[in-house]
Amino acid sequence: MRNERDMTTNSAFRTPHSALEVSFTLNGTPTTVSVPDSERLLDTLRYRLGLTGAKEGCAEGECGACTVWLDGLPANSCLVPIYQVRGRRVNTVEALDPAAVAPLLDAGATQCGACTPGVVMTALWILQHPDVLATHTVRELMAGNLCRCTGYDGIVDGIEAARP
Amino acid sequence: MKRGPPSTGAAVQRREGLAKLTGRERYVDDLPLEDFLWGMTVRSPPPSPRGSITAIRFGRDVDWSQFVVVDHRDLPGPNVVYLIEQDQPVLAAGVVRHVHEPVLLLAHPDRDALRRAVHAVEVVVEPEAPVLDFRLPSRSDEIQYGPDNVLKHLRIEKGDVARALAQAPVVVEGEYETGAQEHVYLETQGMIAALEGEVLVIRGSMQCPYYVLNALKHALARDETRLRVIQTPTGGGFGGKEEFPSHLALHAALLALKAGRAVKMIYDRGEDMAATTKRHPARVRHRTGLTRDGRLLAQDIEVLLDGGAYVTLSPVVLSRGLIHAAGPYFCENVRIDGRAVFTNAVPFGAFRGFGAPQTLFACERHMDVIARTLGMDPALLRRVNLIRDGQSTATGQVINDGSDRVAVLERALDVSGWREKRRAHAAFNAARAPVRRGLGLATFYHGGGFTGGGEVYLKSRLQVAGLPDGRIEVRSANIEMGQGTLTVFTQIAADRLGLAPDAVVIAEADTARVPNSGPTVASRTTMVVGRLVERACDDLRRRLGLSESARGDSVRAALRDWHRAHPDQSLVGEVVYEKPPGINWDDATYRGDAYGAFAWAAYVAEVEVDLRTCAVRVTDFVAVQDIGKVINEILARGQVQGGVVQGIGWALMEECKWQDGAMVNNQLTNYIIPTSDDVPPIRVAFLETPYPHGAQGAKGLGELPIDGPAPAILNAIAEATGADPRTIPLTPERLMTIAEFGMRNAE
Ligand code: FES
Ligand code: FES
Repeated sequence: MRNERDMTTNSAFRTPHSALEVSFTLNGTPTTVSVPDSERLLDTLRYRLGLTGAKEGCAEGECGACTVWLDGLPANSCLVPIYQVRGRRVNTVEALDPAAVAPLLDAGATQCGACTPGVVMTALWILQHPDVLATHTVRELMAGNLCRCTGYDGIVDGIEAARP
Repeated sequence: MKRGPPSTGAAVQRREGLAKLTGRERYVDDLPLEDFLWGMTVRSPPPSPRGSITAIRFGRDVDWSQFVVVDHRDLPGPNVVYLIEQDQPVLAAGVVRHVHEPVLLLAHPDRDALRRAVHAVEVVVEPEAPVLDFRLPSRSDEIQYGPDNVLKHLRIEKGDVARALAQAPVVVEGEYETGAQEHVYLETQGMIAALEGEVLVIRGSMQCPYYVLNALKHALARDETRLRVIQTPTGGGFGGKEEFPSHLALHAALLALKAGRAVKMIYDRGEDMAATTKRHPARVRHRTGLTRDGRLLAQDIEVLLDGGAYVTLSPVVLSRGLIHAAGPYFCENVRIDGRAVFTNAVPFGAFRGFGAPQTLFACERHMDVIARTLGMDPALLRRVNLIRDGQSTATGQVINDGSDRVAVLERALDVSGWREKRRAHAAFNAARAPVRRGLGLATFYHGGGFTGGGEVYLKSRLQVAGLPDGRIEVRSANIEMGQGTLTVFTQIAADRLGLAPDAVVIAEADTARVPNSGPTVASRTTMVVGRLVERACDDLRRRLGLSESARGDSVRAALRDWHRAHPDQSLVGEVVYEKPPGINWDDATYRGDAYGAFAWAAYVAEVEVDLRTCAVRVTDFVAVQDIGKVINEILARGQVQGGVVQGIGWALMEECKWQDGAMVNNQLTNYIIPTSDDVPPIRVAFLETPYPHGAQGAKGLGELPIDGPAPAILNAIAEATGADPRTIPLTPERLMTIAEFGMRNAE
């Protein structure tokens, strides 16, 4: 079944040279895309499916701005070739419950916002798996998400405030 | 802490915060766009920073008929990016002055095909002798600007430095160097250009829509009625989106005009880091005369900035750097001589702090060198010399703002536990463990708004419109890039008219709709433009025939009544910047009131240094400042924390590696910025001494926090190790080269 979303805003990928059919579950909805075999998950989400929450900050797994959940775990979607997503579950920032981010807003976790969708995906994963906080600090767990604006206090404080 | 009563707008939540947190905020690369081409840049290749272009070869494997190709001959107007001097071409025409200079523009619907095409173009450069080290005098065959490659020379003089130095009982000298710094705004530069009828519309990430408009007007020879610039939500700027977006807008515009279709250009991180501006590298020398008990008698300071291959903003960066170079101290005799020099490096440009972080690093590190020479407590040395009300700065500006700078210092010492920790660290270090601890201090200041007559020259205009539904709309060209403009303007306007925050609309920064309230730079938005918001609110109230005290319901009712009486008309309060009384600046002599107001600060850093690896960890950081008035505590604190962490990066890890005048570590894998795990919580405190000509009493804040961390941290490392570091970034490798001395000293 095809996802009914706005399928593409980018004509660059309309004529794949070696097209690949990939089916996966996107934010709970079965989704099939036909894409060039070299495409990254980040581009599929952004340019083909119109889910522009995840950002490209570096394209090499350093900044975390492209963070999504892959089978429930945070992953840098800039490093995931689309064919690896076949049959898996992808969750993006667009599907989050806005209420869950309220403590982050109150603590000043976002400024320019370019890192924010990625930060939120990691932060909410931590909050849903509080047992990791027994062995790791919030600062250690957030170290894969670069932020150039906040100095991290707003992010760390927001997560601490939201801890169960 | 002095605080006024809570107001209507107090503690307004970041207005666009929820959109950002839920991924709904649309940045330029997120905008829906139909039927467009991607655009990319062909740049001059290494290893020739300087030379003539002798050939441009298009590879045979590409079907070039599918591509839109633009070169300098496609420019309708003069081939310059309009700025202080008209020296930088939009596209290289025959000669190049730095590696990665833009030569051609290409557009194509398929981004991958475009990438391959960019690599298939060969630009051949016949090399000439480049200047690559700004510290060395240029040979005659290297001169490329004026008679001596000096882009700008400025001098500030007060008293008689030569005599005072000759008579001073103690003279301390020092030389300090700071490296380039890359902005690393998380959203790279991006721009969309499209023709909408006759109007060329630019949408993109930028700090200064009217700078972009001017650059387009000039180089495209196109009048303003056929141009429109719209800022899109901007994912960080820090100065990196002050002047550079004019280039990208021109590039996208040229492609769009030639293609007859919309063109989108988004830099990837590698291009962004390699080809855009950075913080100016600097070398600063101090010769300071003092009494034996540490009173400043003379400050002789020499500043040298690497300007890179075009003038860009170097003259004004130099100016701000010089004005801040003597520190927040009183001294009768001061001479500050500065030059920004040409090199064949990718041009340096605006970066948060704008020259002041470089000169304040030198000044504040030098204060600790002096303290060590005199055997004096660094806090005492500063307390003795901090400027008091009634005393004057190097430019002769008499400070009389009521702020208690000693109290700022005392507060930082108290909060950081300075005295107890210094004792504890001395005892800890005496045990000669491989890890040493130290505490370091910096006291400093930052002037808000444009330097000297700059604000007068800008003639900023701003409007507040009264809407028929009882809301108001603030129309300014000042943009949100994370620093909180939307929220702070909302608060200022809501407070002024007694309205609820959601009754305030902030207009999109669209040159077709908002007047030119000046650029979003120089810590001027809250202090200077915020004051225009207040005055435009007052003007709106006057136009409604209301008294000065009218607020809330009476304003809302008057707005509705006015619109009922004047259907289909618009009601706009409008103001132009007016110089506050008593502020005078003479640009010819460089004397007078350099800034309307200075914010004052004292920062304390605590470090742990592992003498085996030379790894430095900042274990505590206290930032105390008097910024006039805190308008939104969460936002203000966030500005300080973010600025401090950027400063920690500049001090310890952010190193641009240069080859042929270009950055070769142009990726986040090997240009290291701090992560959450590299920095401690930044502890922030504010003091408030209102500035009567700033919005609600506010002074500028945005840049201040990047001035203090580097010297405070190096002073802490010096204290911990006994070493005498004078260059940043002080990477472990660099510390290791001087640490042997440190370890011997510590034995
Ligand atoms: S864009 Fe994926 S980690 Fe930076
Ligand atoms: S909020 Fe700007 S990078 Fe994090």
